[in-house]
Amino acid sequence: MKKMKKVVVLGLISAMMLSAFAGCGKKDSGSGAIRIGGTGPLTGGAAVYGNAAKRGAEIAVEEINALGGMQFELRYEDDTHDAEKAVNAYNILKDWEIQISLGSVTTNPCIATAAETYSDRIFALTPSASSTDVTKGKDNMFQMCFSDPNQGSASAQYISQKQLGTKIAIIYKNDDAYSTGIFETFTDKADELGINVVSTTTFNTDSQNDFSVQLNAAKNAGADLVFLPMYYEAAALILDQAKKMNYAPKFFGVDGMDGILTLEGFDTTLAEGVMLLTPFSADASDERTKNFVAKYQEKFNETPNQFAADAYDCVYAIYEACQKGEVTSDMTAEEICDIMIAQFTTMKFDGLTGTGMTWGTNGEVTKDPKGMVIQNGVYVGLD
Amino acid sequence: MEFLSNVINGISLGSIYAIIALGYTMVYGIAKMLNFAHGDVIMVGAYVCFFMTSRYNMPVVVGILLSMFVCTVLGIVIERLAYKPLRQATSLAVLITAIGMSYFLQNAAQLLWTSNPKVFKSVVGDGGIQITEGLYVSHVTLVTIAVCVIIMIALTVFTGKSKMGKAMRACSEDKGAAQLMGINVNTTISITFAIGSALAAIAGVLLCSAYPNLVPTTGSMPGIKAFTAAVFGGIGSIPGALIGGILLGIIEIFAKAYISTEISDAIVFAVLIVVLLVKPTGLLGKKISEKV
Repeated sequence: MKKMKKVVVLGLISAMMLSAFAGCGKKDSGSGAIRIGGTGPLTGGAAVYGNAAKRGAEIAVEEINALGGMQFELRYEDDTHDAEKAVNAYNILKDWEIQISLGSVTTNPCIATAAETYSDRIFALTPSASSTDVTKGKDNMFQMCFSDPNQGSASAQYISQKQLGTKIAIIYKNDDAYSTGIFETFTDKADELGINVVSTTTFNTDSQNDFSVQLNAAKNAGADLVFLPMYYEAAALILDQAKKMNYAPKFFGVDGMDGILTLEGFDTTLAEGVMLLTPFSADASDERTKNFVAKYQEKFNETPNQFAADAYDCVYAIYEACQKGEVTSDMTAEEICDIMIAQFTTMKFDGLTGTGMTWGTNGEVTKDPKGMVIQNGVYVGLD
Repeated sequence: MEFLSNVINGISLGSIYAIIALGYTMVYGIAKMLNFAHGDVIMVGAYVCFFMTSRYNMPVVVGILLSMFVCTVLGIVIERLAYKPLRQATSLAVLITAIGMSYFLQNAAQLLWTSNPKVFKSVVGDGGIQITEGLYVSHVTLVTIAVCVIIMIALTVFTGKSKMGKAMRACSEDKGAAQLMGINVNTTISITFAIGSALAAIAGVLLCSAYPNLVPTTGSMPGIKAFTAAVFGGIGSIPGALIGGILLGIIEIFAKAYISTEISDAIVFAVLIVVLLVKPTGLLGKKISEKV
């Protein structure tokens, strides 16, 4: 019996060593392809976002590789929306000798990996980490999504310009950098524009169930528009509870609200009249969006959200920059990094999430937010 | 009027905590272990009901019964596989196993049903009663409170009067002595888990009817709050779980409404600490003096 055990242990050890060596050999196998990779929450509570981004990027890489010419090899590692794990995941990518990074999908992990890509001189373009802390002080970190300040001030401007409400209530999530970031710039801009904010309340991940107090506060203050800078999961609960207490103000969301209509089991009549600023809508009728949505649905059996579209755009923006900068797969990450910085700060890019996008030297993107309103269960342009 | 409406919202939130706390306290009272996987059994119950009613369009009653059945089986299996082998081990080892089981269930749910959130359709319907202007009670709240009280009374009668209930109490006081008296300790503990898990299914359905957001981590935070409620009311005490749960809900809502939405959780747990300092066994907890 003891001998048996030894044999088994020996076998296991040799198998482990073999697989370890096998790992070494893999590096050069992607002959001629440029290695791009990113981290994102592929499991855990935020997995919706990570998987969407990964899938969007996969489709773009497939399309580009099918064209012949420049080839990409894509790899996503799981960071479970945790900054520490994101750095570990990034280190795996570095061992794989990644040449261009897609950053991280969510904000907190991306702040951590951005510091790494900055010191390693690897160019990074995040699809969706929107805080300015991600790009601050780093010349090689770029964003495909709006930065939070942009969203906050754009929302305030939009509300004031279109005179959507006279008394505004805000509910935001105070343990989330995305939500607080938008909240802060929104209130700054609101002060400037003289918007009357009558109630400000918060919640956090642990109390993301009951919104009766927050909604009551808004209602008692007589708010006719409630601004919801948050992801759609919490927003769906707020809409449901507002209806249950017979409170029907206008609701105004940001890009995190996108996805609410595809939430399984969600009663879309609750979202009737909800307004949001978002760069992407799966119902848009242009040819590229239609093509992307069809492919995504066929492959993954669900409707893509803005994270998928952002990641898809990221890969195409990198592709364009690589072509213009004549990047080849045998260049080092550092050489590519310099070329990409030069390209991104000068190029104009048309994608699913906007046309004529440009990037500043601070890495923030400039594109027009689209105002949308939900009518009969679909997005309709507000303008 | 605002005060009254806050009280009602507090009771509504608290009755959900109470119904989960009943399961915690039941298992703790008899098996003397903290089943941290309880919150995740709740999540499984909610998913089963969701799939039956929303995906396969079965009647609500079928959905609830089936989810109770699945949870009961799951509870027994968990107990047999994970906890029974550790019956002689230290309570710390069992606690760690329970936490592991909790993560296992969450991740298994994620693999099976993905992390995409689902909106649970209320089993009670959306309506409510408008008592006066600004005072509104939803049907879900009324049903939850009613179910909570019924379960509490049923459990009290069951453990007090029935033969099985007496066996449970005997096991709770002294497993060794109970066995000598001819009680099958293993079966008794299994039945405790079965009942606790069936209650978890009901709690899951009611939790998601009130707050219709269903993800694999749906049960974890309410589970921890309910555990707090059980300790607050005196863990092991069945009426204590009800009172603890409802008080916790009211404190939470009041803290949010009158102090700050930002630090409401800190206030809830500060109150808990004060209560435990003054009365270490919780509100209705019994003080058992160890004989040396």
